[in-house]
Amino acid sequence: MPKDSGIGASSKRREDVRFLTGAGNYTDDINVHGQAYVHFLRSDIAHGRIKSIDTSAAEGMPGVVKVFTGKDFEGVGGIPCGWEVTDKHGAPMQEPAHPILAQGKVRHVGDPIAAVVADSLEQARDAAEAIDVDIEELPAVMNMKAAAQDGSTLVHDDLKNNICYDWQLGEADDAKVNEVFANAAHVTTLDLVNNRLVANPMEPRVAVAEYSRGTEDYTLYTTSQNPHVIRLLMCAFVLGLPEHKVRVVAPDVGGGFGTKIFHYAEEAFCTFAAKACNRPVKWSASRSEAFMSDAHGRDHVSTIELALDADSNFVGLRTNTYANLGAYLSTFSSSVPTWLHGTLMAGNYKTPVIQVNVKAMFTNTVPVDAYRGAGRPEATYQLERVVDKAARELGVDPIVLRRQNFVTEFPYDTPVALTYDTGDYNGTMDKLESAADLAGFAARRSASEANGKLRGLGINCYIEACGIAPSNIVGMLGARAGLYDAATVRVNATGSISVMVGAHSHGQGHETAFPQVVADMIGIDESMIEIVHGDTSKIPFGMGTYGSRSLAVCGSAMVKATEKVIDKAKKIAAHLLEASEADIELKDGQFSVAGTDKSVAWGDVTLTAYVPHNYPLEVEPGLEETAFYDPANFTFPAGAYACEVEVDPDTGQVTIEKFTAADDFGNIVNPMIVDGQVHGGIGQGIGQALLENCAYDENGQLLSASFMDYAMPRADDVPFYSVDHSSQTPCTHNPLGVKGCGEAGAIGSPPAVVNAVLDALNSGGKAIDHIDMPVSPSRVWAAMNG
Amino acid sequence: MYNFEFEKPSTIADAVAALGVEDAQALGGGQTLIPTLKQRLAAPSSLVSLSGIAELQGVCIEDDGSVAIGGATTHATVAHEAASSYPALAALAGQIGDPAVRNRGTIGGSIANNDPAACYPAGALGSGATIVTDKRQIGADDFFQGMFTTALEEGEIITSVRFPVPLAASYQKFLQPASRFALVGVYLARFSDGVRVAVTGASEDGVFRWSEAEQALTKEFRPDALMDLQINPMNMIGDLHGSKAYRAHLVGVMTKRAVEATL
Ligand SMILES: Cc1cc2nc3c(=O)[nH]c(=O)nc-3n(C[C@H](O)[C@H](O)[C@H](O)COP(=O)(O)OP(=O)(O)OC[C@H]3O[C@@H](n4cnc5c(N)ncnc54)[C@H](O)[C@@H]3O)c2cc1C
Repeated sequence: MPKDSGIGASSKRREDVRFLTGAGNYTDDINVHGQAYVHFLRSDIAHGRIKSIDTSAAEGMPGVVKVFTGKDFEGVGGIPCGWEVTDKHGAPMQEPAHPILAQGKVRHVGDPIAAVVADSLEQARDAAEAIDVDIEELPAVMNMKAAAQDGSTLVHDDLKNNICYDWQLGEADDAKVNEVFANAAHVTTLDLVNNRLVANPMEPRVAVAEYSRGTEDYTLYTTSQNPHVIRLLMCAFVLGLPEHKVRVVAPDVGGGFGTKIFHYAEEAFCTFAAKACNRPVKWSASRSEAFMSDAHGRDHVSTIELALDADSNFVGLRTNTYANLGAYLSTFSSSVPTWLHGTLMAGNYKTPVIQVNVKAMFTNTVPVDAYRGAGRPEATYQLERVVDKAARELGVDPIVLRRQNFVTEFPYDTPVALTYDTGDYNGTMDKLESAADLAGFAARRSASEANGKLRGLGINCYIEACGIAPSNIVGMLGARAGLYDAATVRVNATGSISVMVGAHSHGQGHETAFPQVVADMIGIDESMIEIVHGDTSKIPFGMGTYGSRSLAVCGSAMVKATEKVIDKAKKIAAHLLEASEADIELKDGQFSVAGTDKSVAWGDVTLTAYVPHNYPLEVEPGLEETAFYDPANFTFPAGAYACEVEVDPDTGQVTIEKFTAADDFGNIVNPMIVDGQVHGGIGQGIGQALLENCAYDENGQLLSASFMDYAMPRADDVPFYSVDHSSQTPCTHNPLGVKGCGEAGAIGSPPAVVNAVLDALNSGGKAIDHIDMPVSPSRVWAAMNG
Repeated sequence: MYNFEFEKPSTIADAVAALGVEDAQALGGGQTLIPTLKQRLAAPSSLVSLSGIAELQGVCIEDDGSVAIGGATTHATVAHEAASSYPALAALAGQIGDPAVRNRGTIGGSIANNDPAACYPAGALGSGATIVTDKRQIGADDFFQGMFTTALEEGEIITSVRFPVPLAASYQKFLQPASRFALVGVYLARFSDGVRVAVTGASEDGVFRWSEAEQALTKEFRPDALMDLQINPMNMIGDLHGSKAYRAHLVGVMTKRAVEATL
């Protein structure tokens, strides 16, 4: 029987009422009395030296409050990078300055050169057109492999080359790796590109900043996934402001997908300008600006080699990846191709020897950072594509090959620095085989063939690492932040509860799922609990939401804080019931004395906490507790996906006919929300696999700069999904036994789609090893006729 | 957007007068023009909306049996009102963009704009339509003169488009995955005296007639008649979404499908 409330219930998302009825309060809905508007003049040249900027005409234009250029920010900090990666020779990564407004050079199309603050947005735009900028164009650094060569044009003149770091993980002894490959019975090699993506949340980025001359307080409203982190970075590293004088609010946020984790120049600019102009300053990105200023995702070029012995056991794996970082280091960009990617290369398999090599490159493109899955999709795609190719080359069933190499004993120490606490990869594969009706595939293929279509089945597995932690370990790996989270449980006198959380919900449904947990622990109705998030003046210092961490990390903090609340409430109940605290039980919102019929209700105890007349003297009044939680390890969701496609051999058009996901997320709080997260993730993964392609030309012009050329998946591009999460191995180290589900779909689906397309083509007699994503009709046709 | 004056006349004569002002521009559904203005890529002095002119609205059947569509008629209206009189054209209109675009965008705007990937130019050229303006009547063969170029003069308004109704017709549109305009679209119309095939999306010269296919199909109306025909990829568009060779190939596939659909 499905539950109708508490943990395990598919409670309806309470936040959707306001989102769907237009009652949400997004950053762009916030207008502050007297606000001025900023328009950024952005470079339309990918790489160039700024010879001069003349703002005099612009300054005299109607409505102009002030015109800013890089000069105004000399002496102000740049945007910091939150993770220092150490290269394979022990040297720190090269870390160039990332100015708020361009200083000396422009380094990508969209790089802000100047900013006009004016009474109206149109006046700001008019004035920006009157700014005279003289730029000497330089060759654009676009190709990563060429950029790595000595003598390449430098993106940053003060660095020794364009390589941010040359990093390695796993087996450091090249000779040993070479020997494994030399002795292997079979080696499968694959060159592949993980295509650059633009996250494109429905809501573009917005910032509104105000400054009070009277109190010297700042307030920044911004589209962020983690307001406390933005406040810390902006105050401590960029503007040098006292943290306690700055409030950062991230109200309703219309999707993030990673791209709203980062601290952006525009929000620091607005905060700075609010004081400099003594007026509130607002910026709302247009969609075109979003394309050229939101951090992009992915963009890896890799070679992967898999060595197998005569019995098809995986014996070695080696990867060489070029990872594009773009023109500057975005906040967590350096960690994505390294600790979020290299560590995942073992996948679900017990490959004993693994070596991961990553060169991270500066190029004249928009900075690249975490996007749904961040590093883990890139790892999974390489691994699952090469396994699939190996199966085809060896004539082995791809499921059999995978099963044979699964890790089956836990905990398992991988050769790439992780310890998987628990999992059951055969369990999810069993679920997949039945949920996807693999037995019926042959008949479906015949039916497709009768319609002139080629049908293919793609299978893959994935593992991801969520809730990245603990802080002391990630600190050793270069993180410049902790990765704990925090929650305050404030019980009101009447028994209702406000939970202030460090996590930030921008579509994930925290406002529904988190109360289910607290409601279960106390035995009261979910509606009595409200989640408060997104405002540094209200919530404890938490790290925000990304990396599928919220329930596993912040939810655990909330559980701990709730436990403290219950412990204290039991003391009060014991006093009221004239019993010993040890005998007090809490069930269904009633405190009772074990073995008696004496009880007192939750609401009577909470009221007593705030009206402490009949009260234990040794207990403080009030009922409010905070807990910080730093996990002992990552969590490791894993699963197996199956995709069936049809290919139209005349046009190369691929359609997805069936998609099945079998995930192990550990315990599940709200199955409906989990389904929705998986659906959305798969949708984005299908977008990457079939449609999305952020492309530049060789001069650094963005070719896919609008929705006319950047193909987002639409509802009719995706099938109805079948999602199964009944195979559950609860996380062993957090109190809820949860693992995280936000990114799984985006990680697991691209290889399933591409494997399916290749299966279809090969079944049609075309010996095709690989097609890079997006597997567009023209690429499929070219491969078939190449 | 730059500032502009806005006028909404209720007669063609008033619209023509309003368009006499220097740098004045007609506004149909705004589905092309408004985004252009928002990007500050155009700066008309005045926008003259055609949406308030009753004479420019609607679909009617002329005495000679042709279907006449008012210049400011929306795609949604055509999809609905031409469904029985000219089903293939109605189907074309019903495949343009999304409901919002179809409820604003107009036939006059689409044809005046002559986007190389737009659908209506193929429908008009494939049908051998006549474009009627406030000044004259122009045959489709003379009207479309290459990407974004037409026979229209400054300030000239498309008042209606007159379509002779073929025995059978079909529009086969292969979607550009991002914009969902035509990557290649083929409009085929079979008349008693011959077959017309118009192709959009494919050529650097905009919409064109594929005369070899027309001749072959006029001689013998069956899919196999196209077997040995190939479009020269040289003048095809090659971009992010498909090479020249791919577009040339799709022209053949879509034409064949159009024949099959009309059999
Ligand atoms: C999201 C989206 C998807 C689309 N998808 C498609 C598609 O799949 N296929 C397709 O064919 N089109 C598509 N379009 C374009 C759409 O059909 C437009 O409606 C059309 O291109 C222009 O028509 P309009 O009435 O909006 O003209 P406007 O944008 O108002 O005007 C366009 C030009 O025509 C001129 N003009 C307007 N009316 C007249 C007239 N009566 N006489 C003379 N000149 C006139 C204007 O001055 C202007 O220069 C799409 C548009 C959008 C925004």
